[in-house]
Amino acid sequence: MSLPCPEEIKTQIEAGVPGAAVSVIANGSPSAQHSLLLDHAHARAVAEFLRDHAEWRLDYCSLMTGVDWLDAETSEKVKVKKVVKAADGSESEQEVEEVRKTKKPGYLEAVYHLFSMEKKHGPVVLRMRTRDRGDGARLPSLTPVWRSAEFQEREAFDLYGIVFEGHPDLRRILMWDGFVDFPMRKDYVPPVDEVPVVAPQRPGAPGTSSEARR
Amino acid sequence: MADDLKDLKIELSKNGIFTTTLEELYNWGRKNSVWPLTFGLACCAIEMIATTMARYDLARFGAEVFRPSPRQADLIIVSGTVTKKMAPQVVRLYNQMPEPKYVIAMGACAISGGPFRDGYNVLKGIDRYIPVDVHIPGCPPRPEALIHAFMTLQKKIEEQALAGESRPRHLHKELPSEFPVPAFGAHDLEPPMNRDVFTAEPGNPLKVIQ
Repeated sequence: MSLPCPEEIKTQIEAGVPGAAVSVIANGSPSAQHSLLLDHAHARAVAEFLRDHAEWRLDYCSLMTGVDWLDAETSEKVKVKKVVKAADGSESEQEVEEVRKTKKPGYLEAVYHLFSMEKKHGPVVLRMRTRDRGDGARLPSLTPVWRSAEFQEREAFDLYGIVFEGHPDLRRILMWDGFVDFPMRKDYVPPVDEVPVVAPQRPGAPGTSSEARR
Repeated sequence: MADDLKDLKIELSKNGIFTTTLEELYNWGRKNSVWPLTFGLACCAIEMIATTMARYDLARFGAEVFRPSPRQADLIIVSGTVTKKMAPQVVRLYNQMPEPKYVIAMGACAISGGPFRDGYNVLKGIDRYIPVDVHIPGCPPRPEALIHAFMTLQKKIEEQALAGESRPRHLHKELPSEFPVPAFGAHDLEPPMNRDVFTAEPGNPLKVIQ
């Protein structure tokens, strides 16, 4: 049996895991690889449900990666009716265009691609989003469910700063332990250590002091 | 050697008499038996291995004995990307080699960081920490380029004076033979470069940039 559509998976998850809040994130591109956004509290239970589901048997997590979403600001033009004072002192109601800005706080995201070795199908894409990009960058670890996520969750911790709660061995994997930055975040600025190389000036060349003295 | 001495030497050799100087004999021996360290970092190492094998055969130049220990090596070929995490180990290996010792920086990464220069994890050239004798550009350089670099190094060894002000670094007692190993800092390696080595100052016997 092949996999059902994401909406059907969502319905079955919500029936199988009481209280789980799952939403489908549509992918508008031609690949149409829609994904399921999980809530933190039930993520582990949903993962176990998917792995142990009798028909789907999603027993293999082929990929786990992080995504950084910066704070986004969208602006839209809205027509508003306002009382406008004209030059001669008379007041009249007119339609005025106003720019309204809405701020969307950024977050970090973890993406898991699941396949079934047994049933030879997939992928099912799972997502989890952190509360914010600061202290709230915490997610439940899915390493206890799929062991293959262990090093990749360490990598996401190392480069994005997502803390995976319940991970058996959460240490930096590529950078050294004393490193404090998260280099794959979009606002990371690498240290500036370039040295301006000054070519030794020839005596008598234009602009040197010996030229000026003459 | 002065020109008249050279002429005398040629004249004598025409009559079947071989003369040499201690300096020439010593350098001739050294340049034809350079033992590189068995040490590779990335894809350039594959080209380095190819250089030592039958087709390109670095043994023709007396450098076929790759030593597995820095204590027995006198040339380190920095072949490949030096990550910031690997840089302290490269400097430590260099420090463990006995004098006189030489460095070839092979490929774009080893000489400058190459395509990874603007990244967060790659050292912008090994010449920031140790004095490099020959730089080879290329990504990766072909075996011919490594052979050319090796012949350049041989020429350099051949021309080194054993006395006088122009003698090489290892014959200057006051100059260092070991260089500080960088430490892992909060944002970068500490220090990000050894300013004694990585300098544009002319006349510095440790200088790298000419």
